[in-house]
Amino acid sequence: MSADTSVRLPGMHAKNPVMTASGTFGYGMEFAPYGDLRGLGGIVVKGLSLRPRTGNPMPRIAETPCGMLNAIGLQNCGVEVFLHDKLPRLPFAETPIVANLYACDAEEFAELAGVLSAAEGVAALEVNISCPNVKAGGIAFGQDPAMAGKLTEAVKKRAGDKPVWVKLSPNVTDIVGVARAAVLGGADVLTCINTLTGMSVDIRSRKPRLANVIGGLSGPAIKPVALRCVWQVCQAVSAPVIGVGGISSAEDVLEFILVGAHAVQIGTANFMRPDMAFRIAERLPALMDELGIKNLDDYRGTLAAG
Amino acid sequence: MGISGACRDLTILSVTPAGPVGGQYGCYYLEFDNPGLAPAVAGQFVMVRPACFGSDPVWPRPFSICRLTPDRLTLFVQACGRGTDVLCRLVPGDRVTVWGPLGQGFCLEPDTPTVMLAGGVGIAPFVEYAATHPAQHNLALVFGHRQPLSCYPFSELSQVVARAEAFEEKTPDDLPNFIELLEKTVAEYAGGLIVACGPRPFLLTVARLARRFGARAQVSLENRMACGVGGCLGCVEKNALGQYVQTCTEGPVFWVEELSLSEDA
Repeated sequence: MSADTSVRLPGMHAKNPVMTASGTFGYGMEFAPYGDLRGLGGIVVKGLSLRPRTGNPMPRIAETPCGMLNAIGLQNCGVEVFLHDKLPRLPFAETPIVANLYACDAEEFAELAGVLSAAEGVAALEVNISCPNVKAGGIAFGQDPAMAGKLTEAVKKRAGDKPVWVKLSPNVTDIVGVARAAVLGGADVLTCINTLTGMSVDIRSRKPRLANVIGGLSGPAIKPVALRCVWQVCQAVSAPVIGVGGISSAEDVLEFILVGAHAVQIGTANFMRPDMAFRIAERLPALMDELGIKNLDDYRGTLAAG
Repeated sequence: MGISGACRDLTILSVTPAGPVGGQYGCYYLEFDNPGLAPAVAGQFVMVRPACFGSDPVWPRPFSICRLTPDRLTLFVQACGRGTDVLCRLVPGDRVTVWGPLGQGFCLEPDTPTVMLAGGVGIAPFVEYAATHPAQHNLALVFGHRQPLSCYPFSELSQVVARAEAFEEKTPDDLPNFIELLEKTVAEYAGGLIVACGPRPFLLTVARLARRFGARAQVSLENRMACGVGGCLGCVEKNALGQYVQTCTEGPVFWVEELSLSEDA
């Protein structure tokens, strides 16, 4: 008998905890040649804005030890194109599709939430208050607990019956303070963490490796930071937490569940091989069997005291 | 031509220095078994990530397809960084994850006089181009290189095309002469088809000359990529309208008039 990998989240049932992280899985169909999208616990699509965005100048990506930097700058097709051209192609009846949303101010966030709340096939809204690569909005929202709370409240009011996830930044002194504020603002789920700000330079050309100079660090290099943030936030709030940051194996998934996460998102590892998320989801039941874990509810948050 | 094929774990059959001195200059042929990659159009590429990368380097590496048959995938690789150094040290039996063929390949017009302009390792996709071209008598090659000619698959190509010319750039002072050769060639093929692959400055020159002579030209870009499948938007290039297009899915081969090529990236 295989282990039960299913996960319950507010307003949503996922067949397993393996989701994909925004910005690393396109709009979903890009990865359809590499696995069955219906095998994933959820798909969080590329961050959407009300109108299409061009993104930042190139070069936008740089490789770093055990990780990468990106300064894509939220290039996206805009919410209308997503709803008409992208979403209908996704298996939304079988796999929860989560829309990640970005805007420059609270009003625009609320307007975007209003558009997405009416969309059939969108299972939840993930509010990006933590992007380090945009000048207006972005990370500034996620660094100030009061602002994060206010923004969450504005989105929640327009989200209808769609659950609201808030994606937190690790680039803060106290992630718990922001987490608490988001929950008070009405967040149903917290996603921990977005990228860490970083930079990389070339000593020969004397230039930064990103045109934007600073970018978001992701990949295996940030896993310990992500794990710490998830653990701290899980200790402090009762809302479910979704862990993200450097996860590239079924073992990594269980580490995040062990410290309290309900589910996880696979990000940069999708670039290591495009079938990575599918493989992790497939491997998880066997690993749980090996470890004698019957279901994730019993295993979640059972980290022994140090 | 969209994304085809899937992600497969292939076995390295051989890593062979290219020519008698290829090993000294880091130029190698990597040969893999091919248990089912979809057929390719010359100019398409594959993403390659050996199992031994582990967590570092994170990214796979993109390589244009040098030759793809139902039995074999051959890549031409120059060891010039963390990833390619590791790849060129693989031994037969090592496992490598490969996905592709990806992106858009070169246009192939059997009845059109066509010149392949190659710079350095940019010669790799023209091996497949010439091998799959149904009218090789219509093909010419102009190749600029810095390492010894025997490090490259030049003789393999010169044997099958109607005309082949190599230019060795020994010092930076040789560059104007090479540009002059390119100019003469682009002018000659202005009514035909020009296909080019090589370093960015080389492609910028080809694009500039093609515009000047009103020639039909395609260039294959070597932009940095993370996923290769359109998921990350990291490899973009600015098109003629100033919008970013994805090199991995909308390229790597573009008509020069589609792009506003700049020194960036």
